[in-house]
Amino acid sequence: MVHGIKDNLAPLHLHVPEPKFRPGDKADFSDIIIPEVDAISRPDEHASPANIHALAYGLVRVLGDDNRAVGSWNPGLDADTLRAMLRKMLLLRVFDDRMFRAQRQGKTSFYMKSFGEEATSVATTMALHSDDMCFPSYRQQGILITRDYPLVDMMNQIYSNSGDRLKGRQLPIMYSAKDYGFFSISGNLTTQYPQAVGWAMASASRADTRISAVWCGDGSTAEGDFHSALTFAAVYNAPVIFQVVNNQWAISSFSGFAGSERTTFAARAIGYGIAGLRVDGNDALAVFAAMQWAANRARTNGGPTLIEYFTYRGEGHSTSDDPGAYRAAEEYALWPLGDPVTRLKDHLITIGAWSDEQHEALILELSDFVKASQKEAEQNGILGHGLHHPMETMFEDVFEEMPWHLKEQCEQMLEEQRDKFGPEWEAR
Amino acid sequence: MSEPATKSMNMIEAINSALDVMLAKDPEVVIMGEDVGYFGGVFRATAGLQKKHGKSRVFDTPISECGIIGVGVGMAAYGLRPVPEIQFADYIYPGLDQLVSEAARMRYRSANDFICPMTVRSPFGGGIFGGQTHSQSPESLFTHVCGIKTVIPATPYDAKGLLIAAIEDNDPVVFFEPKRIYNGPFSGYYDRPVEPWSKHDGSAVPEGYYRIDLGKAAVVREGQAVTVLTYGTMVHVVRAVVAEHGIDAEIIDLRTLLPLDIETVEASVKKTGRCMVVHEATRTSGFGAELAAQVQERCFYHLEAPIERVTGFDTPYPHSLEWAYFPGPVRLARAFDKIMKD
Repeated sequence: MVHGIKDNLAPLHLHVPEPKFRPGDKADFSDIIIPEVDAISRPDEHASPANIHALAYGLVRVLGDDNRAVGSWNPGLDADTLRAMLRKMLLLRVFDDRMFRAQRQGKTSFYMKSFGEEATSVATTMALHSDDMCFPSYRQQGILITRDYPLVDMMNQIYSNSGDRLKGRQLPIMYSAKDYGFFSISGNLTTQYPQAVGWAMASASRADTRISAVWCGDGSTAEGDFHSALTFAAVYNAPVIFQVVNNQWAISSFSGFAGSERTTFAARAIGYGIAGLRVDGNDALAVFAAMQWAANRARTNGGPTLIEYFTYRGEGHSTSDDPGAYRAAEEYALWPLGDPVTRLKDHLITIGAWSDEQHEALILELSDFVKASQKEAEQNGILGHGLHHPMETMFEDVFEEMPWHLKEQCEQMLEEQRDKFGPEWEAR
Repeated sequence: MSEPATKSMNMIEAINSALDVMLAKDPEVVIMGEDVGYFGGVFRATAGLQKKHGKSRVFDTPISECGIIGVGVGMAAYGLRPVPEIQFADYIYPGLDQLVSEAARMRYRSANDFICPMTVRSPFGGGIFGGQTHSQSPESLFTHVCGIKTVIPATPYDAKGLLIAAIEDNDPVVFFEPKRIYNGPFSGYYDRPVEPWSKHDGSAVPEGYYRIDLGKAAVVREGQAVTVLTYGTMVHVVRAVVAEHGIDAEIIDLRTLLPLDIETVEASVKKTGRCMVVHEATRTSGFGAELAAQVQERCFYHLEAPIERVTGFDTPYPHSLEWAYFPGPVRLARAFDKIMKD
């Protein structure tokens, strides 16, 4: 007998979560509860968090099964705005496809698509002011696309080429664009959470009018930074919007490893005394409405909000994993909340503001635009083909001024290149 | 031109004065940390600053070093110049990712799009019966990280001038304050009466603004026989031992560990032909290892004896046996005997 085990007591049992479906299984999402549209109506933007707990367990929806926008959360967007939203989401999808293929063609090392989650970066950004500060995780390229950041610059970064504004230093897709209110992306997860709070606190302390918005995934809510950030935001009533894109998967680990078997991610807000909303992340209008509610609240000193977008990661985590190795096939096709692009398109068609023909024409137009941008970017080089920033830039920007030890190491590196490529290397 | 008004200050008062000067000079400077606001800090380094400069400039924070440093990175991205306090260096680890992966890399990874002009102040080192969670010297964790400057003062005068320079620096700085010498220099003889700062030259501190550039060491005693490279509390312990034993040592207070003032180090070792490195931190992979490597790379043919390392032991900082751990007069005297024999 192992020391300490008592025969008269039932043995303890360690629970290790397991997703319902694995490769070979037929996915069945019939147990996911989808409340009626407007099951909980839109509260006042200054509602006390204590009075809106139900919203953290419900599901904010605007688009009903008949593709019409209804209920108190309906943001009442006009057809032009809806078409603009669809256009951005489609552009993001086309861009993602093209860059994923570029990685497969060996033009770069890595790519991450946002397939199935387009609404959570596009509709959200449209509900913010253009100078509000976004602290994205790695799957919110839709922010840049929505804010009209040049596609060529995104591609230059993905190729780490001579046109890359980040000088080839960052893994593809880890953009930085201060002028577009887009914070430098870290590969370390959820570090942007307390940073977004700090930015918001600074804005509030300077009597500014700008707010910050921050994104992370379901899996990375487990990081300590998430909880530090929510504590600070609650303490200082910071004008920040926390967003959890619950796409069900953190690489191969399902959301149960972040605690989803016990509660919702939106309900994390309750313990901190901040507002929590759980939203149909594939309903672009619901996503817009939730962000608009939270942004109005933050901008009028109502404090922070945590929004969970309930969605599904349509493809792999990145180009480096095969979802067929860990989850059931067809999950996305069976996802009960559909596809965000299709749902917005169907809504526009239903209200008579769009057609299948227009949709196909738009896809062609955007594909041509992306292809032309790609051609332009590739003139600056692709990864590993020599067209990169000058070698010495490796040592720049570690500090504002280069200290002696980096100068020495830079000289060493240049000598190594001369040894490797011969004396004429410098002239090149 | 008249000399600027000076005042005798201990190190806490000098740090307080530096913060006060910078809060007044630069509206972007903000101070935050556990207990730093109304109360003025557990070591009193921020006493009176909230009352004078307001709650939006000097404020208390939740007990979350990850949050404090992460929020600081975000404030710096906005355009502020945060000066967070981590109450003890031993508590800095929850904030390490924010320092190492975020603050230190911000300029590089964003190609100058975002920068992080943040100075993290933190009392460090032992000799105060703090036990293993209030005595650590983690400086070499930070010198190992590219993108952070590491600064450690040894006198009130240097503390103020270096802290002002650190706050004005546009890169992240970790500013470790040797808390054993907050109130007076320390000879290493814990059983002798504490000497106040007022009897030390380094306590005459100008009341206004001045700066000591980062990356410049100070030769605190000129000598011919052996070069001692050290910083913080150990500067004073080495001085006392050298005086007691009549050793003609050249004592260099590095003041900034990174970037290191290699010229001063190299010139001194080439002159004396002997080199001892002294720190309170644990020995293995301590900053002394880097110093020894730099010295042998540059001064090998000038060395007349192996480089000596005098450090704390590779154990957690013990509570009751603190003085057996501390690299005090006996350990130093034995090392001097050894290095001068060869």
